[in-house]
Order: sequence, then structure tokens, then C-alpha cells
Amino acid sequence: MKIEIRNGRLVDPAQGIDRVASLFVAAGKVAAVGGAPPGFVASRVVDAAGLVVCPGLIDVAARLREPGLEHKATLESEVGAAIAGGVTSLACPPDTDPPLDEPGLVEMLKHRARSLNLAHVYPVGALTVGLGGTTLTEMGELAEAGCVAFSQGDAPLVDTQVLLRAMQYAATFGHRVWLRPQDPHLARAGVAHDGEVATRLGLPAIPVAAETIALATIFALVRETGVNVHLCRLSSAEGVAMVRAAKRDGLPVTCDVAIHHLHLCDVDIGWFDAQAHLVPPLRGTRDRDALRAAVADGTIDVVCSDHTPVDDDGKLVPFGEAEAGATGLELLLPLTLKWAAEMRVGLSDALLKITSAPARLLGIPAGTLAPGRVADVCVFDPAAHWVVGPRTLRSQGRNTPFLGLEVPGRVRHTLVNGVVASVSPLTSDAE
Amino acid sequence: MRNPQLNAHGELTHLLTLEGLPADVIRHILDTAEPFASIGEREVKKVPLLRGKAVFNLFFENSTRTRTTFEIAAKRLSADVINLNIGASSTSKGETLLDTVDNLVAMNADMFVVRHSQSGAPHLIAAHLNAHARTHVHVVNAGDGRHAHPTQGLLDLYTIRHFKGDFGNLRVAVVGDVLHSRVARSLIHGLTTLGTPEVRVIGPRTLLPTRVESLGVTVFNDMRDGLAGCDVVVMLRLQSERMKGALLPSAGEYFKHYGLTPDKLAVAKPDVIVMHPGPMNRGVEIDSAVADGARSVILPQVTFGIAVRMAVMSIIAANQGPPRR
Repeated sequence: MKIEIRNGRLVDPAQGIDRVASLFVAAGKVAAVGGAPPGFVASRVVDAAGLVVCPGLIDVAARLREPGLEHKATLESEVGAAIAGGVTSLACPPDTDPPLDEPGLVEMLKHRARSLNLAHVYPVGALTVGLGGTTLTEMGELAEAGCVAFSQGDAPLVDTQVLLRAMQYAATFGHRVWLRPQDPHLARAGVAHDGEVATRLGLPAIPVAAETIALATIFALVRETGVNVHLCRLSSAEGVAMVRAAKRDGLPVTCDVAIHHLHLCDVDIGWFDAQAHLVPPLRGTRDRDALRAAVADGTIDVVCSDHTPVDDDGKLVPFGEAEAGATGLELLLPLTLKWAAEMRVGLSDALLKITSAPARLLGIPAGTLAPGRVADVCVFDPAAHWVVGPRTLRSQGRNTPFLGLEVPGRVRHTLVNGVVASVSPLTSDAE
Repeated sequence: MRNPQLNAHGELTHLLTLEGLPADVIRHILDTAEPFASIGEREVKKVPLLRGKAVFNLFFENSTRTRTTFEIAAKRLSADVINLNIGASSTSKGETLLDTVDNLVAMNADMFVVRHSQSGAPHLIAAHLNAHARTHVHVVNAGDGRHAHPTQGLLDLYTIRHFKGDFGNLRVAVVGDVLHSRVARSLIHGLTTLGTPEVRVIGPRTLLPTRVESLGVTVFNDMRDGLAGCDVVVMLRLQSERMKGALLPSAGEYFKHYGLTPDKLAVAKPDVIVMHPGPMNRGVEIDSAVADGARSVILPQVTFGIAVRMAVMSIIAANQGPPRR
């Protein structure tokens, strides 16, 4: 299969390319950019005039709900949503049921994903057995099975000595540890940011100190162990400042933010809108603005969807009882574009946060359109606007605080391994 | 999610919170309650305003006082009252809140009086009814989590107006566990909406929510400083479970600092009134000498509570139509 993607605006942040050019794909790889290689005869031509052609997007946090939570979503539905959103590689957290704490589960997940022949799935293994926070997992075996990093997901790791040991052990073998910074004691029973909104609505609150205390602990242990730590889902201005300082000090840390937290704050809870029940909690406008600026200045390395399919049963309950999370795979691109437009960040710099930067974090050979690399490609219309709604989302989780919002950027084609990945058409693309 | 308690004409169709309610809507409720207050003294304590209507007391959290006053209020309006102690029935069988509501709507419920341990539960029910065109079914919040207890707030306002006449030059202190108190939140919103110039909250920092000043109150940690020159003192109930965590060291120490005694009350105005939403913990937040003393209006509050709840139910039952878009 030889494909020519003709005359699109080709944006490849990894190579610093941003110009109108054709992309030539053959045998699953990028064959050339610009001029056709000698003897290239396309079996399919995709007219990309007016469209952006970029590396397939990479999402470092997408819950696929397998194994164990198939009633909320399945691998088929969510990988289909990924393709619809232009996402060709994704990392899934270990907080499945059972958690990804043994190689068999990881191999099964990889096998299931491969057989679908859609997006590449990179499991993040559990750091402790059952995410229980007491016993280390067999990280070597899990890495061999395909885990790209080790994490507790959203489960707490209460015992700091276990955290130290986990870091020491991971550092021994060069594994990367992903941690969501949150002190479990200060976060206990909390469902919203400790601020005016929680005070008004009488919602149990989580103070910013829950994040900063955890960051201080993690940084101290990183200094002790030298382990590479990736910080998941920053939420506060104070947290951003601490990460900035740690990076300035040369600590081997990276971090990400969820796409929701770049656009929303606790005020968006309104009158108890369970759609805005997220983990970590949406914080104040000052925090949101600091997160937005931190992505632009490079303090935050990666933007992710934190995709969490939640069914209606999980949301049609009082705010505090609602299941946290929102669908996001199909909103990663639109909400990144929206952030970039509002922050006056160029397209290439914006796409870097969802292509080459996450590729580097995951250590995978993706996120670029350099000749010879796997042809994972996203072709989207940056001028097309669409309204987020149950009928415009493919994910089985239709719950998101962005329902009803008009967003920019519609994916037209997604190539995985040099093949145009197809998903069933939406009932109403124009809604 | 918008506040779903007003319809397109700005009329009250549910009562969920006092926050954001226009002052004239609050005054209308208080005015409507005035004639109801005397009904209880009549030989025949009934008016036919809700005749033929089915009012469901939907209590997901235990309460005797509030449920009883709602029941009396509904019966004095000639409604049929059905009490459901949900904690002991459907939710323990796994039924969701909204399924319970839908089932009762199918039994032709006209009004739900809802108490729930989760903040926002009555909003969820009201929004669900509005979204499914059940706008003839009304919701009254009888207390949700830490969020709101609007009929308590209204009866407190009624009591203050009864004894003080006007809110325009009052200094009101709310004392105690504001953090966990839906009563405090509702009263504060009501007082600020009606133009009370000074609302104070008094308590240790463990029992005051973050940025409580944003509600329009002044914070005092010292009881005597806070009570100085007050016209109205509202004591909040301190639940015994608050002693189990790290919020407070002991009931004794709490009483020493924040218990209302005649001695502390002496710094307030001579004609101060003392209120308490009940049930009281004598010797924890209030001394019996004050609770039973000349400045106490705690029992009149209970009586007014029935009139205010009659006013709320009769007003919202008369208002229908689609919610405000």
C-alpha cells in the first residue's frame, strides 16, 4: 500500500518542519517528504489541501477500561475513539480490575490491542502489587511484557518507605516511575478544590497542600535515588512553581497536565455539575492560568487527555458520589488547539506537546514524520469547528464537562503503520 | 448546570438554596408565612391550599425534628403526606436516587421534601425533573450535606424579622461549626441578600471553611470579640462525631472557648436574641441558663418553622412551567 498525502500543511515539531508539502508513505513507513521517491506510484491519494498533516497524536493517559471494567468501555470502543481523535499511540494507566501488576495481564492487553490493528497501546505497569502500596511488582518481567513505565495510577502510596524502595528498585534497572502527586491524608474524602466554590457548595475539599506536600516528598526521594520521575496531572500554581524549581535544579523530572485543567476551574462545577468532578480537582482560575502558562514555557512537558470513560450511572448521582473523570481522547487535539489559539502559541509548538514530547517520555519510536519512521499520521482540518455532544463522540464514555462546547479541529484521516485506519462513521458529524 | 429553582418568570418552583434568590422572593415567603403562623392557634388548624396533593418526605438521612415540622406543615395545608425512610429501604437494595424519584413520580407525587447526606442531591433531583418535563413536581430541600437548609434559613430570617423588625442595622453572629453546617450557609446567604450590614462567624479555625469571608462575613476566632454589640446570636449544633477526629480536642475545651454562657452573652446588646436550629447540646455549645433564659427565642423558632414551611410549599405548588433557560 502506497499512499500520497498531497499538499497538506505538514507540521512535524520533532524535525522543525512546518510547510505545505506532500507526504509519501510506503510499506508502513514514511518514504519521503516533499518530492516523491523514485518510482513511487500511489495506490491511494489523500487530498490534504487546506488540512494539517502531522505525526499521529500520542496520549500518555487513556483509560481503556480493560481488563475488568468492560461495562464502562471496551478496548474496541476506546481505541476507535483514539483513531477518531487522531491518536495513534496511547499509554494506559494500571488502574484496571485487576490492576496491571503481572505480565500475563499486560501481554493479554497488548495482544488484544494488536489484534484490533488500530492505535498502539503502551501499558503502564503497576508500581506495587494490586496497587496496594506495600509490595513491589516484578518490574523486570512487566517491562519485558511491554510496560513503558510504572505507576500507582490514582491509588495512594501511603508508606513513604515503600515509595523510596520502589524508586531505588526502578532506578536500578532504569525504569521510569510515574506518580500523581497527592498526599492521601489531605485528600481524604475530598471531592473539590479547597476554595470559595467548595465553601459555597459545602463540598468536602482537597487543599493545594495535598499536591505540594507530595511534590516535596517526591523531589526529596528523587534527589536520594536519582530515579526518573514523571509527574502526572499537575493541578495547582504552587505545584507548577515547585516543578519549575526542581527542573532548574537539574532533577530528572518531567510532568503533564490533563486537557481539562487547561480550560476549566472550580467555578465550572456550577450547581453541582458532576461532569466537573475530576481527579485531581479543578482548582482556581489562578491555578488554571499558571498551568496554561507552564505548558507554553515548557515547565509542563506533555498534555494528555486523562481519558476516563464514565457511564451515565456514574454521573447521575450527587456530585460527591459521582465517579470522577471524563472522556477525552477525541478532545485532546481540539482542546490543545483551543489552548494554543488562546495563548497565541504556534501550531508546531502546540502539536509538540501531543506528539514528539510524549514520544520521548514513553521512549517509543513515534511522534515524527522523518523518512524511515513508522507512518503514524494525523490529518485534520484546523478550521472545522464542531460541537461536543453524545452523538459526536465515539468513546463509550459520553460524559465530559465540554458537552455543548464548540471546539476547533476535526480529524479527517488517521494512519497507523501506513494504513488508513477506519472507524464507523458518526451518525451526525455536523452536529 | 444552572440553578434550577426558578422558572422563566423568576418564580420559585423548587426551593433548593437561598443563594442567588432575589430579596423580593425571600420577603414574599416571609410575608406569606405571617398569616400561617396564627393558623396553629386556631381550633381548626387547616387550610385547603394543597388539598389532593401528595407530598413525599424523602429522608435519606435521619431526622425527627425537620421531618415532623414538614409533615405538620403539609397536613395543615391539607396535603396527603407520605413519609419514606429511604435509608432503610430502596437504596440499601441498590436503587439509585433518581430511580427512587422516578418511581414515586409514577405514583403521582406532587412534591418531594428531600434530605440527603450529599451536598447537591436535591439539585440533582430538581434538574432531573425539569429535564424530563416533570415541572409540575416540586422539590424542597430539607437539608443536603453541608450545603444548604433553606427552610431553616428562612425560619431563622422570619424569627429575626419578628423580633427585630428589619435587617437594615443588625449585627448578627453565627457561632460554631460553620464548616459542616448547612444551616449556617443558608442563613448567611439570606442575611446578606436582605441587606444585613454585619454578619459575623465565630469559631476555631478547624471549624471554619476556607475563604469563608467570600460569603460576605467577618471572621472572629475569639467569642467575646465576636459577640460584642451583637443583636442576634445564632448557635450552631456541634455534632459529637466532630470530637473523634482532629477538629477539636474535647467538648469541655470547646465549651470553654465557644459555649454560650450568660457571661459571654453579656457583651452583646442588652436586647440580643439567641437562636439555635436544634437539637441543642446543652453544656457543649450552649449553657442551659442561656437556652432557657429570657434572651432565648429557640422555641418560637420551632413554631415559626411550621408557618415558613407552609409558605414555601404553598408558593412553589402554585408556580409551574418550564425552567429558566
